[in-house]
Amino acid sequence: MSERDDLRLISDWIPHGATVLDLGCGDGALLARLRDERAVTGYGLEIDQDNLAACFEKGVNVIEQDLDKGLGNFQSERFDYVIMTQALQAVLRPDAILDEMLRVGREAIITFPNFGYWRIRAYLGFKGRMPVSSALPYEWYDTPNIHLCTVTDFQTHCRRNDIRIIERTVVNRRHRSGPLTRLWPNFFGEIAVYRVTR
Amino acid sequence: MPESIPQDSVGLVQPQTLHVDQPLELECGRVLPAYDLVYETYGTLNADASNAVLICHALSGHHHAAGYHGADDKRPGWWENCIGPGKPIDTNRFFVVCPNNLGGCHGSSGPTSTNPETGQPWGPDFPMMTVKDWVKSQTRLADALGIAQWAAVVGGSLGGMQAMQWAIDFPERLRHAVVIAGAPKLSAQNIAFNEVARQSILTDPHFHGGRYYLHDTYPRQGLILARMVGHITYLSDDAMRMKFGRDLRSGRFHFGFDVEFQVESYLRHQGETFSRNFDANTYLLMTKALDYFDPAREYDHSLEKAMEQTRCNFLVMSFNSDWRFAPERSREIVNALVQAGRDVSYAEIDTPKGHDAFLLPIPEYTKLFGAYMGRVADEVTAHV
Repeated sequence: MSERDDLRLISDWIPHGATVLDLGCGDGALLARLRDERAVTGYGLEIDQDNLAACFEKGVNVIEQDLDKGLGNFQSERFDYVIMTQALQAVLRPDAILDEMLRVGREAIITFPNFGYWRIRAYLGFKGRMPVSSALPYEWYDTPNIHLCTVTDFQTHCRRNDIRIIERTVVNRRHRSGPLTRLWPNFFGEIAVYRVTR
Repeated sequence: MPESIPQDSVGLVQPQTLHVDQPLELECGRVLPAYDLVYETYGTLNADASNAVLICHALSGHHHAAGYHGADDKRPGWWENCIGPGKPIDTNRFFVVCPNNLGGCHGSSGPTSTNPETGQPWGPDFPMMTVKDWVKSQTRLADALGIAQWAAVVGGSLGGMQAMQWAIDFPERLRHAVVIAGAPKLSAQNIAFNEVARQSILTDPHFHGGRYYLHDTYPRQGLILARMVGHITYLSDDAMRMKFGRDLRSGRFHFGFDVEFQVESYLRHQGETFSRNFDANTYLLMTKALDYFDPAREYDHSLEKAMEQTRCNFLVMSFNSDWRFAPERSREIVNALVQAGRDVSYAEIDTPKGHDAFLLPIPEYTKLFGAYMGRVADEVTAHV
């Protein structure tokens, strides 16, 4: 996504002065933005060396840590928000990391590509091949996205595991929310953004 | 020295000496009435003295961190890979200061210098130093140079421990602490290795209770053994396998105890070189300083409480093949800082080079170190 509109959406949800842990923080753009605009403090977790360097250059706190090894080094309720943008589908156990996020943070903010999006359904349905799109730009053999889910899958998981959805925004490929994405998010939404708690 | 000095070297440098008359009260209860600190500087101090970086050296280090002393120098300073124009600690932007620690054997007051009370070398009577004492002595150097606050205090291994201690004891006097291949305290295994090194020196017949200077000798064999065991812990299993494997010097077994395997030859050479250039009493003292280091001890054994004293930003770096101070030890530091709510970044460098990696030109390490220090330098510029 250019401009990372999900980042803009997320920063609107975070109050001034909050503490944040950003899982898979990339180049630190969100944390830098939250720091500059909202005096937010916190840390990013990242494993890519180029991203670590980019965070260092921005003066963003970043800790090299593999999300698949859990968040055991962080105490319960250490952060106001634990954020994970576009990484849920890439971890070994999305359910476990979600539990960890809600232990370490009071609330969790999660964004993921909706596999129920109509273009993805059409791609698979008509072409009969694993979908490749701007939100999911990989081939089946080299994709880091090993646990793709739909909006309905995610919400079902939340319901079954006593995770309360506080807020949801589902956007289309122009990163807008409109009547269609509100009416049928699992069909018209390309990116889902959730704020959840326990 | 190479035929011509490389462009990215600080070039010819000269050590300087600061004589301090103000007594230094030490953790052991004794007082050092006066002392010398020998140090080097590279780069230029800016008008408001905000671009100064302190380099703290490790166990066998000294003040000569970068550049060359003269045309006869075979090698540059010990951290030439990281200090110089355009390097991670960029001398075009920073004023870099590196002292030799008290108790050392390269010019600062230590066992080899003269005890004014006896007119003889201090030898074993030189007071036991701790990391805390070193940091306190380094504040006097900062005062003398007109540096109220370091842009960064940087060190690897034992040097990283000094950077941590600076942040805890003098929180207002540094903006960044860079702790590379460090640990919050030594493990029993670490202390055990140090004890083997010490025993090899202490039991050498030429040690004479530490007064070998008076007998015109030194515990050569003890120092060699101490360095050999130390050196094994600085390299990784993989690094040794890659460097030596089971290669034989002559290609066949001799069925004796002379040097046969290349690794034996290497270790003996390292030990012998070291024994000629290092003082046994200093080695004993430095290893004890390592063993004693435990900043949490003063704060109910809580590293988190110790870190609550700090105000600076931290960069912690470790190397995945380092088993002397493994990445888990660095993570302890990071976790305590996170728990204390302090600014910290952490990187774990993938390299087979072991503990010694912090001295080596490893591209990933250089890049991350440089990225962080670049930001530190940007802050200095913005500050002015």
